[in-house]
Amino acid sequence: MRKVYLDHSATTPVRPEVVEVMNQYLTNNFGNASSVHSFGREARKGLETAREQIANLIKAQPEEIFFTSGGTEADNMAIIGTAFANQKKGKHIITTQIEHHAVLETCHHLEKLGFEVTYLPVDKNALVSVEKVKEAIRDDTILISMMHANNEVGTIQPVKEVGALAKEKGIVFHVDAVQSFGKLPIDVNEMNIDLLSASSHKIYGPKGIGCLFLRKGTKVEPLMFGGAQERKRRPGTENVPAIVGFGLAAELAGKEMAQENERLTKLRDKLIQGILEKIPHVQLNGHPTQRLANNVNVSFHYVEGESLLLMLDMKGIAASSGSACTSGSLDPSHVLLAMGISHEIAHGSLRMTLGKVNTEEDIDYCLEVLPDIVAKLRSMSPLYNSGKIEN
Amino acid sequence: MYSEKVMDHFMNPRNVGELENANGIGEVGNAKCGDIMRIYIDVEDSIIKDIKFKTFGCGAAIATSSMVTEMVKGKTIDEALKVTNKAVAEALGGLPPVKMHCSNLAADALHKAIENYKQNMQKNTQN
Repeated sequence: MRKVYLDHSATTPVRPEVVEVMNQYLTNNFGNASSVHSFGREARKGLETAREQIANLIKAQPEEIFFTSGGTEADNMAIIGTAFANQKKGKHIITTQIEHHAVLETCHHLEKLGFEVTYLPVDKNALVSVEKVKEAIRDDTILISMMHANNEVGTIQPVKEVGALAKEKGIVFHVDAVQSFGKLPIDVNEMNIDLLSASSHKIYGPKGIGCLFLRKGTKVEPLMFGGAQERKRRPGTENVPAIVGFGLAAELAGKEMAQENERLTKLRDKLIQGILEKIPHVQLNGHPTQRLANNVNVSFHYVEGESLLLMLDMKGIAASSGSACTSGSLDPSHVLLAMGISHEIAHGSLRMTLGKVNTEEDIDYCLEVLPDIVAKLRSMSPLYNSGKIEN
Repeated sequence: MYSEKVMDHFMNPRNVGELENANGIGEVGNAKCGDIMRIYIDVEDSIIKDIKFKTFGCGAAIATSSMVTEMVKGKTIDEALKVTNKAVAEALGGLPPVKMHCSNLAADALHKAIENYKQNMQKNTQN
């Protein structure tokens, strides 16, 4: 059976070049980067090369990159670290309703500690309005945290405009770039970003590694203590093999970005068009054009997402959904709900995220299989009566 | 995450559809929480002669609907009323814990259908 992986926003396979370099650092160059001997120096060299590779991708300085265990830790470090470092100045934070839980739950935690958080709404395409950000700013606002591209619907936010606003008001600006790092051009200076979270396993690097870009001069309290690594901001022996892999993955992503985006956009639009043409009662979720090149998110009315995923899986297709069953709670995706999509329609959402391995044949196969699956589930659904819609 | 039996009932659901001559219909759940199960029964001499279902929901919702129809087809309504949600889950070789409360409602839908049948009968005798 054909296997089609369409869940690249969940994670990606590690590319062979990255495996190769990691292997060197797992075996030959295994030293502790803090050691003075040649083994340590080799490891240190790998570590600093990776720092440069990552800095280059976002036009930062190498010494502004701090390695973490991944995007979640980087988000925590940025938000809690900024809040603690600035609490004498103010206790107000601005973020949006469609952030990843790594940001939302960190903000909820800060609320318990006495901080105030404004969660900005979005429009039907999941776009945040710069005007609304402006209105939400108060004298005691210390941080604006906003994602670059949404992980569920792929909508790209006006980060540059919000960055300019934050700079003008002297507010620290954090960007969760886990879904856009290596996929969209980022210039931390041009965009006035002070803090930026990135992750390796979304760009064909290993899991368990990520980083925080921390602009020189930005005050952030560390969350962990116990060593001088990462200039005391993130103590603990560095995961050198993963860091080296992340560095190379970032460099390669940068080199291939323009070409790969062009290729993926064509595949994405073919998949979206095909679905809209072949299947009735379906809607595209997210912005029609201002979206990640690899993101397709649709809702099939009258069917439920987990059922769709199970049936697709039986046909070798791997995707994800924003239904309650897959979100691990009783409610469907908070992103879809924030966009004003009803519970019923959010339950029937399907996210397909494309990547390097996908070909046009994969899209054809998907478009061949999907209509029958949707039709089968609709034939079982009490909400759908042989093409007639029940109210 | 699902047992083979659940996947079998999900991929090849038994007794899907509607019954035109149903004398009892029961529905539980709502679209907001992502599960709706509707069960149609045709009862004759207190025996469930035919039963069909339509379900909007996850794998567990569809599999439990399918299983409950198989468990009670040909049984008396008294026997059918003794079938619990738990028994349906057990007949499927178990369900993931998170599914036990939200998607395991097929027996409730069946009981509602029987209740509806009894009400219909009462109305008929009154008329």
